[in-house]
Amino acid sequence: MTNAVLSNHRSPARRVAMLHALLPAVALALLLAAVFFKQPRAMSYFGINLLLNLAIPVMFATLAQMMILAVSDLDLSIGPFVSLVACIGATLMPTQPWLAVLALAAAVGVYALAGAVIEARQLPSIVVTLGLSFVWLGCAVLLLPTPGGTAPEWLRGAMSWRTPLLPMPIWMAIVTAVVGHLLITRSAFGTLVRGLGGNPGAIARAGWNMVRVRAGVYAIAGVFGVCAGLMLVGQATSADANIASRYTLVAIAAAILGGAEFAGGKVAPVGAVIGALTVTLAASFLTFLNIAPDWQVGMQGLILVAVLGLRAAIDLVGGKR
Amino acid sequence: MPNPSQQPPGEVLVEARGAARSFGAVQALRGVDLQLRRGECVGLVGHNGAGKSTLVNVLCGALAPDRGALHFAGRPADSAAWSLREARRWGLRCVFQELSLCDNLTLAENMRIAQPQSAEWAWRKRAGAQLMASLDRIFPGHGLRADDVVGELPIGKRQIVEVARAFTPGAQPLELMILDEPTSSLDGQAAAQLLAYIRSFVAEGKTCVLITHKLREIFAVTDRLVVMRDGQLVQATPTAETDRERLVTAMGQAVAGDAPSSDASTARRREAGDGQAVVQVQASPRHGMALQAARGEIIGLAGLAGHGQTAMLLALQEASQHTHKHKDAMRVEGGTAFVAGDRQTDGVFTLWSIARNMTVGWLAQLRARSPLIDLTREQAHAQQWRQRLGLVTPDMSLPIGSLSGGNQQKVLFARALGSTAPVILMDDPMRGVDVGTKRDVYALIRDEARRGRTFVWYTTEFDELHHCDRVYVFSNGRVVGELAGEDISEERVVALSFEEAAA
Repeated sequence: MTNAVLSNHRSPARRVAMLHALLPAVALALLLAAVFFKQPRAMSYFGINLLLNLAIPVMFATLAQMMILAVSDLDLSIGPFVSLVACIGATLMPTQPWLAVLALAAAVGVYALAGAVIEARQLPSIVVTLGLSFVWLGCAVLLLPTPGGTAPEWLRGAMSWRTPLLPMPIWMAIVTAVVGHLLITRSAFGTLVRGLGGNPGAIARAGWNMVRVRAGVYAIAGVFGVCAGLMLVGQATSADANIASRYTLVAIAAAILGGAEFAGGKVAPVGAVIGALTVTLAASFLTFLNIAPDWQVGMQGLILVAVLGLRAAIDLVGGKR
Repeated sequence: MPNPSQQPPGEVLVEARGAARSFGAVQALRGVDLQLRRGECVGLVGHNGAGKSTLVNVLCGALAPDRGALHFAGRPADSAAWSLREARRWGLRCVFQELSLCDNLTLAENMRIAQPQSAEWAWRKRAGAQLMASLDRIFPGHGLRADDVVGELPIGKRQIVEVARAFTPGAQPLELMILDEPTSSLDGQAAAQLLAYIRSFVAEGKTCVLITHKLREIFAVTDRLVVMRDGQLVQATPTAETDRERLVTAMGQAVAGDAPSSDASTARRREAGDGQAVVQVQASPRHGMALQAARGEIIGLAGLAGHGQTAMLLALQEASQHTHKHKDAMRVEGGTAFVAGDRQTDGVFTLWSIARNMTVGWLAQLRARSPLIDLTREQAHAQQWRQRLGLVTPDMSLPIGSLSGGNQQKVLFARALGSTAPVILMDDPMRGVDVGTKRDVYALIRDEARRGRTFVWYTTEFDELHHCDRVYVFSNGRVVGELAGEDISEERVVALSFEEAAA
């Protein structure tokens, strides 16, 4: 009797959850199909490499943003942070590698400190990270007042390496998706992180050290940010203090597109990676269509609205609301 | 029935001496002396605001007492070192009134976050198995799975999970379990299973503190009763040596549960104008038997928890707004107002003031003359309802969170009753509410019904069904029976809800 009642409310919920998980993949597949239809030559090792190369740093920035979203916070500083890392990579790294490593470690430490302060003083993350974004920008301008610098040889070499079988962006997508999935969805730590986003009171009552958990989350986000910045400078070979300022919003868009929610600790790492690919591909697709760059941002927004609208429609049909 | 004389008094597990705690000008605890022994179940009773929650929070390390000493198993548990974490390490666990599960996680994951020790490989499988084992032990036939997401379960099931999780043995010992309103959302069967388990738990030499407003449960399961009033212990007696009457007197209130006679209800219906059906649901395979309610009637929805009563209330709400899919099958005249039961999720706006939480239900009246809200009228109405309900607060502009649970529920009643809606839908609104508040609200409901309002009232407490003129029993989402007047009894309701289930 109880089983019958339960399965009645359970199966539609499961179906809705599955459709949610599939939605980003379907959006990406549709977009890819449209690109290949418009530009059949893109359907090659080099074509895909060219098309999705820019998505590699975006994927890491998205994972960083997703870590913060998982604890129901928002990071407005990831873009300037990635820029700063790129600047460090283009200035200090070739000449004083140890100093560069030290600077990157200090930057990650500041990220962790921000997380600790947000928890200990119960500050809104938006305010703290907004403040931090100006700090990062200032540091980047001090390091590299005008665009320039050179990425170290090994980093440029690594980013232009011809990976076997599949182009590098695909390998990177697979690796980041697997790492993200293991870290946030499967691991015990990731469960704790999502629990913190869902019901912080429950985590506190169970006796966890909240400051340490939130600081850990921010530190991991910082590490993903460092990866994004180094890969970006490896691709671009030189840097600029504003090279990644777009990333803040792009990363939020990609994570949300991939199935994350702003509150409640609901995130999807595989979806986030797919979301990052989709957002980047959307920009390339609009270029293929000869749409002026001024309009592209708006069109990207429309694509985002369409996908989120579909998600809401799934909820509605599934009877969730 | 426990018999204290048969059990040798166990050694003292917890001792509090002169524990005091104040919040600003409010003295929540005024020097409490309490001893808890191994192998006993102690019932802690008192009105909302009597200091029970504060006492529990001091015991479990969430709050440090201003004065007084605390000993746990002979060791001093002093304020500096005594924290939630330390208390857990020594074997003290709590199930709080507000659910402390994470909605976005599965059962197994929720089990995991409750164990702050390091995790081994394959923790997911083990945590799930542990939780399922205690669910099977305490609530056989629960129908849950380790990979169910908590947010998709009805509230009764969530409470089952929470209780089972707390009772799961782990790396940390379990000596003392404090249960704060553990049965507030459970149906009768699950509540009985839990009470039986508590007896076997204390029989193993463990200690249990049970806080509940359901006096029936207190008398069924506890060895000793401790009554709190105004932050002090006013009575501590073996359960066998006291009775309901004396207990309620000690709590500072006359005997509760005086149901109106059936004469009164028929008289009331006549006054209100009998026979005018304002709510009508036709018989169908979907909804079961027909359901209707006349002007001035109080209709109860009964049956096991989560068997379609809430869905019926929501459908009625939709029908009154003409958004329901099956327009012909359901008819509601005039508007409806809804009193939520799960007040944290569906009821209060936590960031708003007490007054705003009340007046948000009356917006249609408050902006009758202009598109903007008439602020003076809003305030006047809120003050009026504050007096009518006897709301204990210095200022209506304080955040709603400053009120105790019972007083918050009063605000939700004011929100619904202050509107012009002729039909009031109530979704088990008395969950975790103290006896005094209940009495006030019962009187209010009768009063409003006499003035011609119709109430559709889902309740999980049998005692409340005696306030209803007629009762519809639900099973598996459908109406399976109707009871009226003298026929309304616990036995009949249980019989009807299980008859259908067996068929």
